[in-house]
Amino acid sequence: MSAKTLYDKLWESHLVRTDEDGTALIYIDRHLVHEVTSPQAFEGLRLAGRKPWRTEANLATPDHNVPTTERSGGVSTIVDPVSRLQVETLDQNCRDFAITEFEMLDPRQGIVHVIGPEQGATLPGMTVVCGDSHTSTHGAMGALAFGIGTSEVEHVLATQCLIQKKSKSMQVRVDGPVAAGVTAKDIVLAIIGKIGTAGGTGYAIEFAGDAIEALSIEGRLTLCNMAIEAGARAGFVAVDQKTIDYVKGRPYAPQGDDWDKAVAYWQTLHTDPGAEFDKVVILDGAAIKPQVTWGTSPEMVVGVDQAVPDPADEADKVKADGMRRALEYMGLEAGTPIQDIAVDKVFIGSCTNSRIEDLRAAAQVAKGQQVASNVKLALIVPGSGLVKAQAEQEGLDKIFVEAGFEWREPGCSMCLAMNADRLESGERCASTSNRNFEGRQGQGGRTHLVSPAMAAAAAIHGHFVEI
Amino acid sequence: MEKFETFTGTVCPLDRSNVDTDAIIPKQFLKSIKRSGFGPNLFDEWRYLDHGEPGMDNSKRPLNPEFVLNDSRYQGAQVLLTRENFGCGSSREHAPWALEDYGFRVIIAPSYADIFFNNCFKNGILPVVLDEKIVDELFAQASLEQALSLTVDLQQQQLVVGDAAPIPFEVDPFRKHCLLNGLDDIGLTLQHVDLIKAYEARRADEAPWLFS
Repeated sequence: MSAKTLYDKLWESHLVRTDEDGTALIYIDRHLVHEVTSPQAFEGLRLAGRKPWRTEANLATPDHNVPTTERSGGVSTIVDPVSRLQVETLDQNCRDFAITEFEMLDPRQGIVHVIGPEQGATLPGMTVVCGDSHTSTHGAMGALAFGIGTSEVEHVLATQCLIQKKSKSMQVRVDGPVAAGVTAKDIVLAIIGKIGTAGGTGYAIEFAGDAIEALSIEGRLTLCNMAIEAGARAGFVAVDQKTIDYVKGRPYAPQGDDWDKAVAYWQTLHTDPGAEFDKVVILDGAAIKPQVTWGTSPEMVVGVDQAVPDPADEADKVKADGMRRALEYMGLEAGTPIQDIAVDKVFIGSCTNSRIEDLRAAAQVAKGQQVASNVKLALIVPGSGLVKAQAEQEGLDKIFVEAGFEWREPGCSMCLAMNADRLESGERCASTSNRNFEGRQGQGGRTHLVSPAMAAAAAIHGHFVEI
Repeated sequence: MEKFETFTGTVCPLDRSNVDTDAIIPKQFLKSIKRSGFGPNLFDEWRYLDHGEPGMDNSKRPLNPEFVLNDSRYQGAQVLLTRENFGCGSSREHAPWALEDYGFRVIIAPSYADIFFNNCFKNGILPVVLDEKIVDELFAQASLEQALSLTVDLQQQQLVVGDAAPIPFEVDPFRKHCLLNGLDDIGLTLQHVDLIKAYEARRADEAPWLFS
């Protein structure tokens, strides 16, 4: 038998049928659902008189539109009627089709990409999809996970399958170790800086190397989360003992005999020695510094010890134009040291960085300090109700509140500003989210993507600093 | 889905690379539970001078005269010409819905983000990939005083501009077949119900925890 990549194994184990031209029907084990990309899919299902193929393969939660302020009154506390209707529509659809939903007041509610692994609902070896590009997150469990559009949401609901073609395979290897203070977020931003936001287009990326193996599961979730920012729909990491230990005992994890069988299978979920990739990219972990983005695309990133680059140094005209436009939007001059950039707001949260480990890292920086006077708002938004409860049990909430941060309820929040949390025009934010696109955090808002520790440090110092 | 038929339309040149789906349709419009009506808010933050919210009367909002969609030459355009990595970012299908609702049937670019590319075909939009040099030439022609008109022939897989030699393009045979015949993917997949059930039975035996 020829040597296979992890991607080959994940792909082949889900093939229902393949056409001569390579168009395949693949089986989907887990479908995660949120309120923004599902209403039109449920409507389509109803119009065609169809029902979900396998109800129990679906798990839903509202996350994009939910308020992060006091909301014990439930859905009625959503002020914006359009947002409220969208959450109510999800609740109704899940009731009508008997789909399990962690509703707004359920302690397990949270960002869909945080609750999947947290519940053991996304397991190694699964195919996982959701109408959300950051579904790549779940690849950290050794799963094939990718984002889909609403037509495909309807397709999965109706058939439990998707029509796909196999992607090319890329291995991104980060040879370690990385320096202290360099996190999974810095690693993935450095990868995107190297290969570009379209570098992974058409590929499924396997992250490997000592620096990746050394990451916790939380770190790997952050890493795979941003595979899509490198253009790859799916990013994943091989299963190891950390993966298995992480899954054990979670509510949806297998138990008893099934557990032993599952572990035996999961232990095969790695790339075989000698297997070949279509492309290999290698980074030196030791050379990676804490990263800060300066522009309006995640590839516009430098180390915190560097300065904002000059478009005049870029030979490619289309790229140089893009840099000029980004500098103008960001209100920055080429050559400005990153550490001279002052921020107005700080956001710690999102499907990228809202897990317990992220909050611990931020709390460690914030402990006994005070948010700088130029910072108008520093938000901490836990990724789920369970992350919030865990953090409170550890006393992290007190550290944050004493330092002048706001401690909020779980949801997507200011990552994309669909709820009330947003930047005003011209405001500059140190954010642990995943996209620094124009207007992403609010029209005219200026986003710098960083790790949780860097975001907390920027809140305390009022600007970016070496950490 | 409507069948994709040969048509001749005006080309609107959007000279930017890495246009993301947040720019194509900003987040506040994603709160809708419908799949139609997004056209007036296509490229909202670039197209209007004020801040747009759902429910506004868009005909009364101040237009940004600098933005290409507001240029009188390109009114009624059905072909969008743009740069590399178009449609990157969020998987929101609201992006192709907005493009389609506005009237775009075809996009031409050197490259696209994967999810967006896939979503286009599900909504009767043909995303054409052309070499960067050809895209450059089309930009030069589309920016002249007289807007560029172009015929898109999916059956023959070619674009025709006036008397010039047709520009051939590649397209996946399955996707071409679906577009030309207006086929619904779900209907096609449900022809394989027996295979899906057989897969489930086999898989439940190998990996019972996935079905417990």
